[in-house]
Amino acid sequence: MTNKVAVMLGAAAFGLVASAASATTLDDVKAKGFLQCGVSSGLAGFSAPNDKGDWLGLDADFCRAVAAAVFGDGSKVKFTPLSAKERFTALQSGEIDVLSRNTTWTINRDTALGLNFAGVTYFDGQGFMINAKKLPGVNSALQLSGASVCVQTGTTTELNLADYFKANNLEYNPVVFEKLEEVNAAYDSGRCDVYTTDQSGLYGIRLTLTAPDDHVVLPEIISKEPLGPVVRQGDDQWFDIVKWTYYALLTAEELGITKANVEEMKSSTNPEIKRILGVEADTKIGTDLGVTNDWVVNIVKAVGNYGEVFENNVGAGSPLKIARGINALWTKGGLQYAPPIR
Amino acid sequence: MALQETVGSTDVSRGSFINDPKIRGIIFQTVVVILLFALVYWIVGNTIENLRRSNISSGFGFLRGRAGFDVSSSLIEFTSDSTYARGLVVGFLNTLLVAVCGIITASIVGFTVGVGRLSHNWLIRKICTVYVEIFRNIPPLLVIFFWYFGVLSVLPQPRESIELGVPLGGENFLSFSTFLNNRGFFMPKPVWGDGSWLILAGLVVAIVLTIFVARRAKIRQAATGEQFPVFLTGLGLILGLPILAFFLAGMPVTLDLPVASTFNLVGGIQVKPEFLSLYLALSFYTAAFIAEIVRAGILGVSKGQSEASAALGLRSGQALRLVIIPQAMRIVIPPLTSQYLNLTKNSSLAIAIGFPDLVAIGGTILNQTGQAIEIVAIWMAVYLGLSLATSAFMNWFNAKMALVER
Repeated sequence: MTNKVAVMLGAAAFGLVASAASATTLDDVKAKGFLQCGVSSGLAGFSAPNDKGDWLGLDADFCRAVAAAVFGDGSKVKFTPLSAKERFTALQSGEIDVLSRNTTWTINRDTALGLNFAGVTYFDGQGFMINAKKLPGVNSALQLSGASVCVQTGTTTELNLADYFKANNLEYNPVVFEKLEEVNAAYDSGRCDVYTTDQSGLYGIRLTLTAPDDHVVLPEIISKEPLGPVVRQGDDQWFDIVKWTYYALLTAEELGITKANVEEMKSSTNPEIKRILGVEADTKIGTDLGVTNDWVVNIVKAVGNYGEVFENNVGAGSPLKIARGINALWTKGGLQYAPPIR
Repeated sequence: MALQETVGSTDVSRGSFINDPKIRGIIFQTVVVILLFALVYWIVGNTIENLRRSNISSGFGFLRGRAGFDVSSSLIEFTSDSTYARGLVVGFLNTLLVAVCGIITASIVGFTVGVGRLSHNWLIRKICTVYVEIFRNIPPLLVIFFWYFGVLSVLPQPRESIELGVPLGGENFLSFSTFLNNRGFFMPKPVWGDGSWLILAGLVVAIVLTIFVARRAKIRQAATGEQFPVFLTGLGLILGLPILAFFLAGMPVTLDLPVASTFNLVGGIQVKPEFLSLYLALSFYTAAFIAEIVRAGILGVSKGQSEASAALGLRSGQALRLVIIPQAMRIVIPPLTSQYLNLTKNSSLAIAIGFPDLVAIGGTILNQTGQAIEIVAIWMAVYLGLSLATSAFMNWFNAKMALVER
């Protein structure tokens, strides 16, 4: 079935490449006057509409950053909420310009679906959540022998779970459902002791439970789920813009450029800061990319640096309170690393 | 007159054979059969061609692959290292288990309620009517949800399990070591030690003896009219002999009791809430239909039969058991077969509450391997086989119960 879908999507992609060949994505976006960005239909912390209908979250802010790089205005973006099934078709058919929807980077998607992943805005992995109030002594997944585990069927999560418990010689009792809502309801009613899915998903789901504070996410991560923005294959210029928008967010954090101090940083004497903010004499970095030379200033003014985006949406400044962990900059022991902007 | 003659003559020598209804019928049937074959040929060819073009492998070779997932309840051993084929067998056995348990319970409840609807007691009659009208008019999926979310999931957590037993007054409590919580129903599991075969042997001997006694009693009653308490004797034999054997063999059976552990009760026999809710829902839902069939069957026996039994001096209970029910069965069995088949097929609703039946496990395999056509074919073949087997058994039973015409 997946193969069939892949082939169908592939065919759709070819049809699209032909029609898109007339103009580059950048020209199309500029002509439209806004960026069309595909996001999740509602995952707290990544992309979810608030009570005013504004899209909030890490994925949504990334869309704003790209819009800021292209237009100098982070608000020139329109969001398209997509389900997991619809997302790739929407990108391939040209309905959206960039897909920023907690999408795991896999070789199949990168090759067979005709897509390009522009980076990893969030390093995720499958984790476990338990009710700490009912199970006070448990602080590691290795103590879960004998537990009932709620999991969604037909996912890689289900297979990772079986592998992990087998590898560690632990016993467990799978309680499987077809729909996410059914899994949530079963876990909330106490049918199982443990909930397993992507760790960022666990933090989001925890907020929807009856008593979120009773539940803790265990430290173990049992799989790799690198989530990042996706563009269509075959438009290198657009791919570069999205990719370097992500790197600009990281570099800004590395150099201490924030939403608050970006204007005064422009008069900094540090040549590196001057270079990336486009105030160096005769700089061509921005124009070579296809945008203006003050693109990094615009990005940071719109959403802040990567650290600010992370803390506001999923970190300490948000209800999710996810620790930076491996999403810290490489200078602080994490995996977030940007090539030099020069 | 002349006109009629003309019509009569052309009837025989009607120039065109197309006007002959017999030949025309044959031609039409041939055309339909050819079209049907062409359609099937086209569908199969099209499917094969599309599969080939999409690079989707076909065939049943994937069944030998490693499953990689675990199953929550299984009658045979299954781990993530087992094959997909074994996974399907696990699903099939679970379907069969629910179907057999459900059919037995539905029949008992259905017959009781069906007879109850004809009771002379106003309260019993009305209760049975309300039961039938409620369960018959709710979709089975909602009945399953009612049991799963409404009854079983609101039971206490494992730590506060309900312990079943008899209160002996004061602090004393005779525990059955049987517990009920939102993870299911837990009861002691007998562990058969050395010498347990004696108990089984006792049971077999008791059953054989009971059959023998029953035959003799029937012959004696036919000859002399004297009755013999077959039921009580049989009960005594079937209970007594195994118990005697149990003590003679030196009490070889021990009990594995469920005990509390970190997460849940361990040991003993565990019946999961997914199975319980599916089993209870299907039983009670189908029982409502069976009750109506039984009522119709009893009402279908002419009133003269019960009047005749009364005239012969049979009490109403005896009349029902000996005269009415045997005749009603002939009306009841054919529609009953449909209900049994419905129950078996409705068991595929298990997927809604996560019970690993054939459809649920097949769905998981379909998702992981992408072999949609093969899995769907297996589903259809298994359900068809199961239904045909049920039907064949019920037809045999029907033939046995049918009125023997001499």
